[in-house]
Amino acid sequence: MAVKILTEHINVPGINTFDVYRKMGGYTAVEKALKKMTPEEVVEEVKKSGVRGRGGAGFPMGMKWSFLAKPEGVPRYLVCNADESEPGTFKDHFLMREIPHLLIEGMIVSSFALGANKSFIYVRGELMYVIHILEKAIAEAKAAGFLGKNILGSGYDLELVVQPGGGAYICGEETALLESLEGKRGNPRNKPPFPAVKGLYQSPTVVNNVESIANTPWIVNNGGEAYASLGIGRSTGTKLISASGHINKPGVYEIPLGITVEDFIYADEWCGGIRPGHHLKAVIAGGSSVPILPANLILNLANGEKRLMTYESLSDGGFATGTMLGSGGFIAMDETACVVRNTWTFARFYHHESCGQCSPCREGTGWMDKVLERIEHGKGNMHDIDLLVDVAKKIEGNTICPLGDAAAWPVASAIRHFRDEFEWHVKHPQEATQPGAVYRGAMELV
Amino acid sequence: MTDITPPITFTPERLAKAQEIIARYPAGKQKSALLPLLHLAQEQYGWVSSDIMDYVAGLLSILPIEVYEVASFYTMFHLDPVGKHVIEYCRTGPCCLMGGEDVYGHLKQKLGIDTGETTPDGKFTLKEVECLAACGWGPVFQIREKYYMNLTNSKVDEIIEELSKD
Ligand SMILES: Cc1cc2nc3c(=O)[nH]c(=O)nc-3n(C[C@H](O)[C@H](O)[C@H](O)COP(=O)(O)O)c2cc1C
Ligand code: SF4
Ligand code: FES
Repeated sequence: MAVKILTEHINVPGINTFDVYRKMGGYTAVEKALKKMTPEEVVEEVKKSGVRGRGGAGFPMGMKWSFLAKPEGVPRYLVCNADESEPGTFKDHFLMREIPHLLIEGMIVSSFALGANKSFIYVRGELMYVIHILEKAIAEAKAAGFLGKNILGSGYDLELVVQPGGGAYICGEETALLESLEGKRGNPRNKPPFPAVKGLYQSPTVVNNVESIANTPWIVNNGGEAYASLGIGRSTGTKLISASGHINKPGVYEIPLGITVEDFIYADEWCGGIRPGHHLKAVIAGGSSVPILPANLILNLANGEKRLMTYESLSDGGFATGTMLGSGGFIAMDETACVVRNTWTFARFYHHESCGQCSPCREGTGWMDKVLERIEHGKGNMHDIDLLVDVAKKIEGNTICPLGDAAAWPVASAIRHFRDEFEWHVKHPQEATQPGAVYRGAMELV
Repeated sequence: MTDITPPITFTPERLAKAQEIIARYPAGKQKSALLPLLHLAQEQYGWVSSDIMDYVAGLLSILPIEVYEVASFYTMFHLDPVGKHVIEYCRTGPCCLMGGEDVYGHLKQKLGIDTGETTPDGKFTLKEVECLAACGWGPVFQIREKYYMNLTNSKVDEIIEELSKD
C-alpha cells in the first residue's frame, strides 16, 4: 500500500472531531514544532521536503517561505487559499470537509514557522457548510489549548480566521484573494511588489493552498527528508487528484507522485477504468486551465515511454505533446464527449470569471466564448477556427494575471489536437447539432 | 398613508455576530468584514437591496459605493428579489460530462421556468452558476448552504416535491 500523508485516517469514524483526530496522532506536530523546534527549523524541514505548492503553479513551498520579508514591528500573515474554483478541482473541498483538523494543525505549524499571529483561511463562499465545519474545528482546537494565547505554554499566540468569498474564480489568484480579503473587488494586483513583501494590509504575506499546508504536520513529524524520499525527482510526496468524467469511480485520490497515468485511470485502487463499453478519448489532467490531450498522448510520452503522474512527466513535450499537473483536477472523457462543447463551456467560464481589468483578457475571453458558441451551434465557418487560435495567442502573456493564459490554453490545445472535430462542426452543422451528436471520425481511442 | 416598511436592521443575534466578525480584523481594517456581513444580510433577507447595502456600509463606517461595487462583483449576492428557494446549478464542463445537461433540462421542465426565472408562486428561482468544486459528484446544484450531488431526474423530483411542501 502506498504511503498516505493526508488521507491515511480519512475513513476513521468521527475523524472530523478533535478527540478522534487527536487519538489518531493529530496535533503531535504542533507539540513538536512549538516545544522542540525553532521557526527556522520548521522552515528548513519544509525546504528539505521539496514539497511544491499544490494550488496549481507548483512553486517550491520552502523557497516561498524563505522569501517572506521580516521587517521589525510589522505583522506577517499566512493566508490559506481555499477558494478552489478551477473546474475539475474538488480536492480541498473533500479534505476540509472530511478531516478539517488536518488543515487547522497545518495552519498552526505553518503560522509558527512564518511568525504569523493571525492567519486566515479564505474559503469560497459557496462552501459555507465547510466554513461551519472549519469554525467548529477551530473552536475545538482552541478549547484544547492548541490555538489562542500562549499555545501549550510556548509563548506563541495564534488566532485563525475563516473568511468566506463571494463567488468569483479570480479570487483564487493570490493577489485578487488578498484584495477580496480586504473587503474589495477581486482585482488582481500588479506585481511587484509580491505578497512576500507587501501582501495583506500591505504586510509581508504567504499564500498557500489547502493541500500544501495540510502536508506540513507530516513533514514536521517525519522530517523533510522522509517526505522527499517519496515520489520521483522534483515531484516529491503525494498528490491529491480529484477525478471526474467518464471513469468508473469519480472521487478524490491521494496518489504517490510517480505512478503511471495508465495505472491511475485503469487500476481498481484509483479510477477503476473507463465506463463499461466505452473507450478513453481525451484527458484534461490538471484542471480546466491545462491543455487537453488525446488518449494516446496522455498515456504515453512522445518517445513511447509511459507517462507518469508527476509535474515533469505530465509537462514532457511542452505544449506540443504535453500538459501540466496543475491543481490535480483530472477530467476523463470517453468517445461520447464532445470536445467542442466542453471547450466552449470552459471559454464561457473564463469569460464569466474575467475580472475585466485588462482588455486582452476581458475582450478575448468574450470573443472565444462567442465564436465557440457559434461553432458548437452549427453557425461557424472555417475562418473561425483560425480566429480562435489567433485570439488565444493575443491573450497569452499579455495580461496582469495568469487567468488570461488559463483561458487561452484550453482553446489552443483543443484545436491543436482535435481540429478535425471543430471542422466537422463547421462542415456538418445539421448533423453536429443533433442532441447528443458527437464526432466519430478518425481518432485514436484507447 | 404612513410608511409601514420596517427599517433594515439585523436581528439581535445577527447584530452580535456582525460585531464579533468585525472584531476579528486588525484595528482600522473593518472593511474586511464586508463579504461576511453581506452573507449575513442575504441570509436574513434572501437578497441584498440597496437599503441593505447602505445599512451594511453604516455598520462598517464605509461609503455605500464601497459596498455596491463589491456586492455587484461577486456572483453569490442577489441584487434583485428571488424566490424562496434559489436553485443554483453548475453548468461547467465536468458536470456536463457527468450528465448535467439532461438533469438540468428535467429540472427546468419540472419547474416550468428557465434560468434566471422565478416560478409564479415565488417558491423557486433557477440560477446557472459555474463550477461548485464538486465535479466528481456531479451533476450538482446548491440551495442556500446545501449541496445536492450525484443528481438524477428522480432525485430532482424528490427534492422539488419535498421543498414544495413548505
Ligand atoms: C485565476 C487563478 C485562480 C487560482 N485559483 C486558485 C485556487 O482556487 N486555489 C489555490 O490554491 N490556488 C489558486 N491559484 C494559484 C494562486 O495564485 C497561488 O499560486 C497559490 O494559492 C499558491 O499556493 P501554493 O504555492 O501552495 O500552491 C489560482 C491562480 C489563478 C491565476
Ligand atoms: S488577466 Fe483577466 S482576470 Fe487577470 S487581471 Fe487581467 S482581466 Fe483580470
Ligand atoms: S463542474 Fe460542476 S461542480 Fe465542478
